[in-house]
Amino acid sequence: MKKENSRRSFLKNISLATFSALALSGCDMKAIDEFLQLNFRTLSKKEKDKLIKDLEAKYKGKYGKEFNVSAKPAIEGTLFGYALDLSRCIGCRRCVYACVKENNQSREPQIHWIQVLQMEKEKGIDFAHSDVQYNPEKVPEKGHFYLPVQCQQCRNPQCVTVCPVKATWQEPDGIVVVDYNWCIGCRYCMAACPYGARHFNWGEPNVPVEEINTEMHYLGNRPRMKGVVEKCTFCVQRTREGKYPACVEICPVGARKFGNLLDPVSEIRYILENKRVIVLKQELNTQPKFYYFFGI
Amino acid sequence: MNFFRFINGSIKIILRGNKTYYAWLIFLSLLIIWGGFGYLGQLREGLIKSHMRDSVSWAFYIGNFTFLVGVAAAAVMLVIPAYVYNWKPIKEIVIFGELLAVCAVIMCISFIVVDIGNPLRFWHMLPIVGTMNFPSSMLSWDFFVLIAYLFINLFVVTYLLYCIFYKKEYNRKVVLPFVLFSIPMAVAIHTVTAFLYNALPARIFWNSALLAPRFLASAFCSGPAILLILFQILRKTTKFEIKDEAIWRIAELMVYAMFIYLFFTVAELFKEFYSGTEHILYWKYLLFGIGENKEIVVYSWSSIIMGFIAFVLFLIPKTRKNFLTLNIGAVLIYASVYVEKGIALIIPGFTPDVLGQIYVYTPSMTEIRTAAMIFSIGFLLFTFLSKIAIAIVFDDYNIDSLNRDARRERVTNDK
Repeated sequence: MKKENSRRSFLKNISLATFSALALSGCDMKAIDEFLQLNFRTLSKKEKDKLIKDLEAKYKGKYGKEFNVSAKPAIEGTLFGYALDLSRCIGCRRCVYACVKENNQSREPQIHWIQVLQMEKEKGIDFAHSDVQYNPEKVPEKGHFYLPVQCQQCRNPQCVTVCPVKATWQEPDGIVVVDYNWCIGCRYCMAACPYGARHFNWGEPNVPVEEINTEMHYLGNRPRMKGVVEKCTFCVQRTREGKYPACVEICPVGARKFGNLLDPVSEIRYILENKRVIVLKQELNTQPKFYYFFGI
Repeated sequence: MNFFRFINGSIKIILRGNKTYYAWLIFLSLLIIWGGFGYLGQLREGLIKSHMRDSVSWAFYIGNFTFLVGVAAAAVMLVIPAYVYNWKPIKEIVIFGELLAVCAVIMCISFIVVDIGNPLRFWHMLPIVGTMNFPSSMLSWDFFVLIAYLFINLFVVTYLLYCIFYKKEYNRKVVLPFVLFSIPMAVAIHTVTAFLYNALPARIFWNSALLAPRFLASAFCSGPAILLILFQILRKTTKFEIKDEAIWRIAELMVYAMFIYLFFTVAELFKEFYSGTEHILYWKYLLFGIGENKEIVVYSWSSIIMGFIAFVLFLIPKTRKNFLTLNIGAVLIYASVYVEKGIALIIPGFTPDVLGQIYVYTPSMTEIRTAAMIFSIGFLLFTFLSKIAIAIVFDDYNIDSLNRDARRERVTNDK
């Protein structure tokens, strides 16, 4: 009888100790909450609102700034498309850095959602002979042209098919997004993407506080964590508010065009109608909504 | 109550052994500690401690995973010839083959866990509590078949050992369907793992229908190699009886597997090099390097040379039936397939990357240490489980001996 008692009190003590240890470290409860957070797509409107509010408070505590995190859904009747004029692009990489800044990409380790490939004019679009590390005094270089590559926002996205946890999906407006809190970091999507558009946070991402963009979207440019995949979202935080993506705005030669494919009088539809467009790796049947064309 | 006594007795068994046994345990423990601290660094700082980057986003870990799936599959497939040729100790072959399969699957899952960026979120992959992307994602298929395979083997081996332990006749009607089912499952785990790579049109190097057949053929080389050596050790140290002929027969079957593997590879190489499209780049990188980048060539050729020597040693009857050369061949083919799956299969899939850029990958110290940790844990587990199984199957470790011990203890206590 006595033995039984001592065992019971031992169990009681140990559970008390565990609970008090958990209660003492308040941040641990937050970590547990985050650990138990469900897939964004399965949350109700109310749950999403609470999540966003908590996030804003968390970021404020972390960076000491006011943040505006949006969870705005796709606008009905929109399907975003992109067109890039290969004859105008000069390979200046301004788009690369505008994107980094707008979308809070990690500076060190460095992440670039846009890769600009320098190609030889004589070879045409030939990835095997292209160079992403080109670094001359002045661009464009003689005998070369430039092919910027970012997420091609495929209609048939391989990355979404292979994801084992449904952490990435195509939104109704055609943008492929990632739930950074649900991604397990297996990188199967990176193996599946034919365009090298997905990037992994190999280490703790690092964005200088003074440079952080506080206008955010939950599925877009909010700060990422170590061990998750990220990608171009057509600047979902901007385009769902009716603005152009940052790369379109910055381009000094106007090579980048963006618009609603469902709007018959949009610029993007004009290009599809009046220019001849190509898509990259068309043989893979990914059906990109990112087109390349020759404007002049 | 009996269960606790069984655990107690089993701990006594795994702690008993000669000097070589203890040296082996210490060796594995040191490797686990050394590797564990390496893995700790990765847990703290992230996968940046590996040499993987966006260009080569899967590498050594996933290669090890693939290799071990092969080992797990082949261990059980060995039951087929054991049955067909009516080798005497078929029950023992089933027990040790399935024990090896269980350990190999546990190692496989460990390699997946260390490879993912957020191991704590592993539960997202489970059905019901998580959002498993079934049936779209081949990775969720793979996870599913691996778990199923693990439980089937665990069940069969535990049930058989349980029956022997309690000196009961095992129920064939219970065991046989599971053993028979585990064989196609063995084929399935390796096929699905091949499909994992095979199903990616973006990765031309893997996008060949021959990938799954090549996987199975190579698995049939590496898996039996371990059992070949294990059977010899068991034969020397226990009452386990297996005839020389059976061992030579395993070696003979391995030669067939090697030949099929060689044939498939030659067929693949012919198609690639004769048609000479841009797809040849990946094989070129693997075999000769591209430009200055030749770091991987040493891996591919060492695998080819080791595999070839093993093939010759197993092919010639005289060297096949000589146990020294046979064992050298077994070690060589094991190493050859390990390098092939660990490096030569994965890396050319990513080099050059999808945009034609070359990032030279070789495993980092952290990756090597983490892999050493997982292998050591797996070997340790296999050693312990085999030791207990040996005691149950061959030595007199059973319910009677436990009762005897208990009685003896009581007598000493009363005194």
